[in-house]
Amino acid sequence: MKNPYLPYPVKIEKIVIETEDKNLKSFELLFMNDEDKKAFNYTPGQFAELSIPGHGEIPIGIASSPTEGDNLLFTINKTGVVTTALHNMSEGDIIGVRGPLGNHYPFSEMEGKDIVIIGGGFAFTTLRSTIAYMLNEKNRKRFGNITVIYGARTPGMLLYKDQLEEWSKRDDIDMNVTVDREASGWTGKVGFVPAVTEEVAPKADNGIALICGPPIMIKFTLPVMKKLGFSAEQTITSLENRMKCGIGICGRCNIGPEYVCKDGPVFKMAQLEDMPGEY
Amino acid sequence: MAEMILEKQDMAAFTAEINKGYELFGPVKNGKQLEIARVNEVSDMVLEGYRNTDMSPKNLFFPQSEEMMAFKKYGDDANIYKDSLKEIAPRVIFGIRPCDAKAFSVLDQIFKNDQFIDNYWFSKREKSVMIGLGCNMPCSTCFCTSVNSHPFGETGLDVLATDLDNRYLLKTLTKKGEDILSGVSCLKVANDDDLSSAKSLSEKAVSEISGNLELKNIDKKSVLDLFNADFWERVQEPCLNCGTCTYVCPTCHCFDIQDEVFKDEGIRVRNWDSCMSWLFTIHGSGHNPRPGKKERVRQRFMHKFKYIPIKRDGEIGCVGCGRCIRMCPVNIDVREVVKLMNS
Repeated sequence: MKNPYLPYPVKIEKIVIETEDKNLKSFELLFMNDEDKKAFNYTPGQFAELSIPGHGEIPIGIASSPTEGDNLLFTINKTGVVTTALHNMSEGDIIGVRGPLGNHYPFSEMEGKDIVIIGGGFAFTTLRSTIAYMLNEKNRKRFGNITVIYGARTPGMLLYKDQLEEWSKRDDIDMNVTVDREASGWTGKVGFVPAVTEEVAPKADNGIALICGPPIMIKFTLPVMKKLGFSAEQTITSLENRMKCGIGICGRCNIGPEYVCKDGPVFKMAQLEDMPGEY
Repeated sequence: MAEMILEKQDMAAFTAEINKGYELFGPVKNGKQLEIARVNEVSDMVLEGYRNTDMSPKNLFFPQSEEMMAFKKYGDDANIYKDSLKEIAPRVIFGIRPCDAKAFSVLDQIFKNDQFIDNYWFSKREKSVMIGLGCNMPCSTCFCTSVNSHPFGETGLDVLATDLDNRYLLKTLTKKGEDILSGVSCLKVANDDDLSSAKSLSEKAVSEISGNLELKNIDKKSVLDLFNADFWERVQEPCLNCGTCTYVCPTCHCFDIQDEVFKDEGIRVRNWDSCMSWLFTIHGSGHNPRPGKKERVRQRFMHKFKYIPIKRDGEIGCVGCGRCIRMCPVNIDVREVVKLMNS
């Protein structure tokens, strides 16, 4: 049987510096073997373990959508040993990828619903994957209205600027990109994510909200969702905890009886209400 | 199932016969410590007056440090991880205690789930024949009977041996057990007297295990009720977070994965880790979901007595071997904690 710890070799095909502080880079990865590419069958919301030989592994949400082709996209914040090593790598270098891991956003449950996607900072990665997936011509009619609220501190800290621009030109998605404060040259919305959400979110009746962001954003957005009428069943988030194996064995990332790596990372707020707050 | 008698004087002949194609493991001294390890001379095995090994024998299948894969820094396949999993020679493990064998069956349920299987664990498990030795003399710290285990428990064993003073009663429990004993010439069929003395030894051992713990209320209470209970404050107070309990525990299985590089070559290893460590859960951002001693102490007991039972059909993540009680430098007694959790 296949060894679930063994990474697939991939080549770094493209590196993009995403933000003005140069702390966030996107890596496009190309599978070196066809059979690995076929085996890596993912759905938005899942993550993978990236291996930098000699430095270790890190769990990172998959930012690409399977509808976009065979390459995988990961956006990585330079924080620790492994992410720093990765930031120092070049196009053409070989790394490892292991996955897909964890559960995904509940697309079958989201069918026919109005979807609100709320993201903040660099937690927008799996939401990018989700938007690209839902906007794919084969998938778009499965869902109702799509409203996106995405905020960053400054315009220069927004991820995927070209993509955001492209999406905002479409008429089948309502894009609301916001920055915390006025900035020269910025013509979009100004304000924090919770306030913008309150302003633009659709009715909760037939809605499902996906929320991903820094803890402070989530903390202030949840009461807004409640006020708008979104129940804990309709509000979905994605968590992260320190991980190693990524397959529910090494015993590290649990929140109560649930492993973030295998039972998550996607949880409904209704589930989290019955779990200890160890995240 | 067959029940046979092995005279202790025939031990050398017995091990020589079953040894063919197998490596013999058993309780042997390593300095002052007793451990289950490779047996060179049958006479090295400590089978008389022995209660249990100091460390749990989990390292037989889950070494404290284990190479998982390797890679080269340069060359055609540079930076590509290659599996280092090696087939081990078949083993007969003689004299393991029933609580520790039970722990292996608990870990069998941890090292695989509905999607993944850990071959580093199972490749060694599958190659091992387990001949357990029932406990005639339980320790004062033993509480196996409270946690679905037993001094003569059969779970996780292929053969159960009972020490009848100058002879062993061997009871086969699995096909593997039958195969290993079939055709061994020095065995005799057990008679009724042997069986009844084994039965009374078992009853005597059970009666010597002090204090029966109740766990029923732990099942009934919600995760949050237990998690938010006041008593954790008291339980955590003396704890030093030294992690000794997690290292000696036969069911503690948390591990870390690290890369190591020597010159042009690197390996990926897994090492035992401990939920008692502050580093165990710290995020890259510096945020720590279990920032203090209380959270970490609570995690260990909740994992064994609440989280594992929820996820594994009521199986308890503790087998009552009592090592953590014996080894704890500040005398934290798991039985007292279970009483609080159940109260």
